[in-house]
Amino acid sequence: MDLRRPPRSTSGGVEPKIRQVGFVTPDVSAPTEPAAVGAAPAPQSGTAVGSPTASDLAPGSLSPVMIPPPLHADHLSPDSPSPAASDAILASSAPQPSSMRFDAASELGEDDSRSLAPSAGELEANKGDLAGDSASIPQKQKTSKAERRAIQEAQRAAKAAAKEAGLSGKSTGAASGANPAISKQAKLAKTSQKKDVPHAASTVGSEKKISERLPERDRKKDAPHPRMQFDDVHRVEKAKKRAIVNQSEARNRVELFRHLPQYVHGTQLPDLESKFFQLEPIHPSVYKVGLQYLSGEVSGGNGRCIAMLLAFREAIKDYSTPPNKTLSRDLTAKISSYVSFFIECRPLSISMGNAIRFLKNRIAKLPLTLSESETKVSLQTDIERFINEKIVVADQVIVSHAITKVRDDDVLLTYGSSSVVEMILNYAHELGRKFRVIVVDSRPKLEGQGLLRRLVAKGINCTYTHINAVSYIMHEVTRVFLGASSILSNGTVYSRVGTASVAMVAHAFGIPVLVCCEAYKFHERVQLDSICANELGDPDVISKVPGRADLGHLKNWADNENLQLLNLMYDATPSDYVSMIITDYGMLPPTSVPVIVREYRKEHLWV
Amino acid sequence: MPDVQPLVSEFVLKLKRRKVEGSHAVARQTAELLRSVVSQHRMGSTNQAAALADAIRSVGEQLISANPIELAVGNIVRRVLHIIKEEDISSTAVGIEGLSVTVDSDDEYDSGNDDHPTLSAAVLASHARNALRAPSLQTLLDDIPVSTALSRSASSTGDSDGKTGDKSLKTRKLKHDVIAAIGDLIEEIDTCYDQISEQAVELIHQNEVILTLGRSRTVKEFLYAAKEKKRSFRVFVAEGSPRYQGHVLAKELVEKGVQTTVITDSAIFAMISRVNMVIVGAHAIMANGGVIAPVGMNMVALAAQKHAVPFVVVAGSHKLCPLYPHNPEVLLNELKSPSDLLDFGEFSNCMNFSTQDGTPLLNVVNPTFDYVPPKLVSLFVTDTGGHSPSYMYRLISEYYSADDLVVQRKSTS
Repeated sequence: MDLRRPPRSTSGGVEPKIRQVGFVTPDVSAPTEPAAVGAAPAPQSGTAVGSPTASDLAPGSLSPVMIPPPLHADHLSPDSPSPAASDAILASSAPQPSSMRFDAASELGEDDSRSLAPSAGELEANKGDLAGDSASIPQKQKTSKAERRAIQEAQRAAKAAAKEAGLSGKSTGAASGANPAISKQAKLAKTSQKKDVPHAASTVGSEKKISERLPERDRKKDAPHPRMQFDDVHRVEKAKKRAIVNQSEARNRVELFRHLPQYVHGTQLPDLESKFFQLEPIHPSVYKVGLQYLSGEVSGGNGRCIAMLLAFREAIKDYSTPPNKTLSRDLTAKISSYVSFFIECRPLSISMGNAIRFLKNRIAKLPLTLSESETKVSLQTDIERFINEKIVVADQVIVSHAITKVRDDDVLLTYGSSSVVEMILNYAHELGRKFRVIVVDSRPKLEGQGLLRRLVAKGINCTYTHINAVSYIMHEVTRVFLGASSILSNGTVYSRVGTASVAMVAHAFGIPVLVCCEAYKFHERVQLDSICANELGDPDVISKVPGRADLGHLKNWADNENLQLLNLMYDATPSDYVSMIITDYGMLPPTSVPVIVREYRKEHLWV
Repeated sequence: MPDVQPLVSEFVLKLKRRKVEGSHAVARQTAELLRSVVSQHRMGSTNQAAALADAIRSVGEQLISANPIELAVGNIVRRVLHIIKEEDISSTAVGIEGLSVTVDSDDEYDSGNDDHPTLSAAVLASHARNALRAPSLQTLLDDIPVSTALSRSASSTGDSDGKTGDKSLKTRKLKHDVIAAIGDLIEEIDTCYDQISEQAVELIHQNEVILTLGRSRTVKEFLYAAKEKKRSFRVFVAEGSPRYQGHVLAKELVEKGVQTTVITDSAIFAMISRVNMVIVGAHAIMANGGVIAPVGMNMVALAAQKHAVPFVVVAGSHKLCPLYPHNPEVLLNELKSPSDLLDFGEFSNCMNFSTQDGTPLLNVVNPTFDYVPPKLVSLFVTDTGGHSPSYMYRLISEYYSADDLVVQRKSTS
């Protein structure tokens, strides 16, 4: 026994396997509320500050390489998307609570549902599929369901025993499990998702037991899943096999954006239209909305989300459970297949992703006692309520907040076409405020022209210009109102490309920038620049300038291997350019967005 | 004088109707026009330089007022006036024996050596610069002795035939020198691209990512030169609405084998984090180091500053303007037709609406130029080398004289 070492923690003997890197200030970063974490880290944090060595690492203290556990365990409800990853580590193929898995599936379903079984019929086929898949961890896949059950029960018992030792122990165990496997997390999570859907059978009953265990695991796994990266050829090939839409990859792709999908436009729509009456698994209203996405008829975060939810409502109305299947699992699988179809038409927006998570959560939380028709009615009312509360009423609340910021003799600048900003301007005009609007627009979408037309028709004094002239026009402006597709957890505003430039120029001139965004669009993801995550549009529209036939210089751009055209759809505005964010929760600074995501989303958003 | 008036009127009309645009073309044609003006000017017996300068000023006034935004016109007019002054100083320094500012090489002038007129003028100009630097008593007195010295020399040399021969020689020499110097100026305007492009290898190394906006011929030559020297770089070209000249530049670069990506102007901020250097051209460089550039350039400069990307402006010295930009967005800008932005046919119904006082509800703003303040510019690359924005005012004293800032016909005394 080494008497010089301080006594080990009372965590039950599970030591973290991580090596401490750099300096540690555990009492600063560790949870300071004793109630939340327990007594264990408090006495040890004192020692840990003084001598930050590996041996002094208290289980509850944090090193820079660890993801810190969340502060309030009781606030977390069991529908965090991340536990699926930890499931992969602990019992990758064990039957797991359907809620967790569905959320995980939905989380991945936003971007990687190609790996999910698209339709009910393939559920059984998947089991065979999986045996041949992902040779990296063959041993885990081959355990039978009963064996996996046994493993999970044993681990649950171990966890329950460790629970008495203190919550910190669990976080240690979880954290220790987390770190070595973080690198494998992505792979395991993806492959385990494929098994999750078929093996969710008897888990509805075990939900209650699992939900106790969930809060501990949720605490550390709040990081969102990494999304499908399209520069992995193997994955892309696999995804293509399950695709409904025939797409060919574009030529002359920009190297910097190899991780994003880009397909040749123009070929998908006729192909899908011809298959309209043949695609049985896809509900016709879903199909219609998918075609609307492809053609660009429906665009804008709110518009797309509402269209998708209404299509799902129709699909649920016509749904009937096949024999020998439970409604929740089967319906979730169907929804996932619809989602993958939407993704093939156009990559999901963040608002759509959040709505899908909500829906899958509601399906998972259905009480078993309801009959099928009651279930369907309940789901439909849920959807309608979501649309009403999170979008319609939220917009009204935003308008009522924002109207206080529009004074007489204001010159308001807006970029592109945002539905919320348009509502604000209309309402201000109805109230009789004297102001004028400057609409800034850019190629290739030229969305501002639609907004301009509607505003002028209402009688609002408008000026129209293009994005290059923002510096010229900015000295007249008093306020800038912008819309957003989403606001990320580090305060970055993710919205139409060009918004960042407008915000930057406004900031340089000292003009306040107000971003109006409903709270359901917030996301826990973080992003530093516009390149890691974006959407690539059709590059051909850059070469063609409508109305200018003389500008045919880039007509055959694809023939030349040195020439690429880049059509970005979104960009990330750094939070320091944003003065204020107006949401249905009020007017916040950009730094409050992660607070909303963490504290309110799980409680209120998912109702 | 009357012979050149049709030429002048024609050029004025071209400028007014914007038939000739672009600093290079305008500068060149202005210089050629002024050369014809000088060559057809009838030199009087006394006060030749002043009369010549006056003639240039009257023509210049017309040209500048035809298109005040085209600063290259004014630059060339002022350059020519400066040339006249310099050549005059070199030749009067010959005539005045009393003043000691001349150097020995001037004595060669007496022999009527026409072989190196410009060389001696340049040497003298460097001495004359001492006089031009500050309005001192010496410079004030310089103006007076010019005419008196000539008359003195004329009266004192009445007995010598050689001197009268000298005077007519001097007359022809002044005109000849001025015309030769203007010819040099034209050549300088034409060859500025080569001299700027020579500096390309120093700035562009391997695996560079360069961003540019619109199309500038100087930038194009610059990148060509780097490509010739086998430097590997790729270029993001922002299309530069509403003229979309970026498409043309992209096509030209691709023909030379440069990896080019065309992006929209709205994506500049998104892409600039992956860019090593921004290289752009300019319409004019002002006395404080500020840049008048095609619209959108201020946005690019701000984005480059935010991401600590060097913002390099390449421009020939004929674009250097001795004026200070007061309110440049308004005074040195031009608003073009809204049809570039909005199709009138589609929006004609919007034109029917109006406010209570009758003004239309819909305004369209289409500015041509943008002002970039000197603090956003990292480097100027001109045909005289690379300079920082704080140095540009020194170059002005080299090319222009201080009293030519306002080109106005001086009333003859």
